[in-house]
Amino acid sequence: MNGPSVFHSVTLDPDKCRGCTTCLKHCPTEAIRVRKGKARILDERCVDCGECIRVCPSGAKRAVPDPLSLLKSFRYRVAIPAPSLYGQFDGRFSVDRILSGLLALGFDEVFEAARAAELVAERTAEFLRGAGPGPWISSSCPAVVKLIQIRFPSLLDRLVPLASPMETAARIVKEVLHPGRPGLGVFFLSPCAGKVTAARHPPEGRRSAVDGVLGIRDVYLPLRNLLSGVEERPLARAGYRGIAWARVDGESDSVGVPGSISVDGIADVIGVLEALENGKIRDVAFIEAMACPAGCVGGPLTVENPYIAKTRLRNREARATVPAERAGAGPEGFSNYGWSAPPAARTVLRLDPDVARALVMAEEMEILAEGLPGLDCGSCGAPTCRSLAEDIVRGTAVETDCIFKLRERVRDLAAELFSLERMQPPGLDTEEGPRGP
Amino acid sequence: MVLTFSVPGGDFNQAGRASGEVKKVLARLGVDPGLIKRAAVAMYEAEINMVIHAGGGTATADISPERAVLVLEDSGPGIPDLDLAMQEGYSTAPEWIRELGFGAGMGLPNMKRNSDELSIETAPGRGTRVTIVLALSGGPAAAAAALPAAAAPEGKAP
Repeated sequence: MNGPSVFHSVTLDPDKCRGCTTCLKHCPTEAIRVRKGKARILDERCVDCGECIRVCPSGAKRAVPDPLSLLKSFRYRVAIPAPSLYGQFDGRFSVDRILSGLLALGFDEVFEAARAAELVAERTAEFLRGAGPGPWISSSCPAVVKLIQIRFPSLLDRLVPLASPMETAARIVKEVLHPGRPGLGVFFLSPCAGKVTAARHPPEGRRSAVDGVLGIRDVYLPLRNLLSGVEERPLARAGYRGIAWARVDGESDSVGVPGSISVDGIADVIGVLEALENGKIRDVAFIEAMACPAGCVGGPLTVENPYIAKTRLRNREARATVPAERAGAGPEGFSNYGWSAPPAARTVLRLDPDVARALVMAEEMEILAEGLPGLDCGSCGAPTCRSLAEDIVRGTAVETDCIFKLRERVRDLAAELFSLERMQPPGLDTEEGPRGP
Repeated sequence: MVLTFSVPGGDFNQAGRASGEVKKVLARLGVDPGLIKRAAVAMYEAEINMVIHAGGGTATADISPERAVLVLEDSGPGIPDLDLAMQEGYSTAPEWIRELGFGAGMGLPNMKRNSDELSIETAPGRGTRVTIVLALSGGPAAAAAALPAAAAPEGKAP
């Protein structure tokens, strides 16, 4: 079925998919349809939130990060571990040890995303001081940004116009630490599929400074096996403020503006954005929105339970020895904090480019939806009766895809057959009166 | 197309369903996001007012390529002093409603700001009918033409 596309990095293992309707029901953008017994993703609608990966009972939905073997294509390899990596291991292993383990794994250098997060937090606070009244929405979660592009385009101008910690870290490595170094490869160790897409296909075709994105899931085991024996070196540079970004509340605490909302889990993120679009949220300066439960520690490419990982992170924050004061000063001469291009509205929900035509289709859709059973059973392969109605007007489904509609048709046909059967040729017709069924 | 919704009174879980559905339809038509937001805010405010003050009512949305006409009608207590209600910060909502984040006295001013034409017909004890018109193409002038003659416009949005 569909593999990685310019839009997303969540994909389907057709051998494992049983064609059940679990993922259909959980997709926040109604981006999945079951066709020929397999759950297909509508590429342009997927926001990489990972909900389908989380809920699939067969493990058939997965993200497609780069393989570890990609390291071989580069001569000098820098790892940018997401702070959620630290939550995968218990307190026996210090951040220094985890980072030392990454060097043992084949990286030549590490630069913590948490360190970049501290710098981004500083710039965010600076931006909020100068910007007009809020609420401003963090643009660090790629799934949330995409969700806004598709479902809440009117809120695009509320996004904080800064690059994510991942991108910022990669830029620092390439522009400040190793400018022009041949064979340099920068790898993000990611908790989620969203970052894979963000690095491979950044908005508007700009290039990302990230050369590859590895799933934490894929480095976990080899890294875990190295940790006990590795020589621990003082590599940690990020303080508790940066580490905290991997869990919900961490980013807003780090930005430090009073009156912020922290929301995690795609359903509640949608609720907050809905309220914001309706003008219901006032007196709020900043919204930290994370698609995954508990924040990045709940990413589908992680190994540990999100809430266990979150507690581990909190413990690490309490023990972090790098003073917070260092967070303010960025690397000498680096100022490239802005995003590469503002994310644009995506009109995937539009029925037709021509308004008049779209209106006819929308009307037709309402009438069709009215006639469907409204059970949202998913047997037709669409998540709801209404989305089946939408697929019908778009021409990708037919009314008899609904098993109830199909049964109605069969019943009508049976009635017609029955009445036909009763008709007799004139010579055999013994009944009085006019002929006919 | 015409969409009709029944808005139950006092039910905050359902409040916003009508405006939410209208928002979705406008997105399917490819209406400009800024306009969708204006429609959402204006209609949501009117819907919430019916939920809080009027014991519910009905909402209809008449959408053409040129304009959206949103009518919210209830048979609640009516608005005793419309001029006062149009002032920012004026509210008759009880404390428990304010604690829910509603009733800040921004409802009617917000509605006015976010519609091209707003008309409010209200009679004490008999109910209120709010008509919100938004031009979807051709600017506010096109919207003005859509106002029913009987409804006295409350005045143009600034």
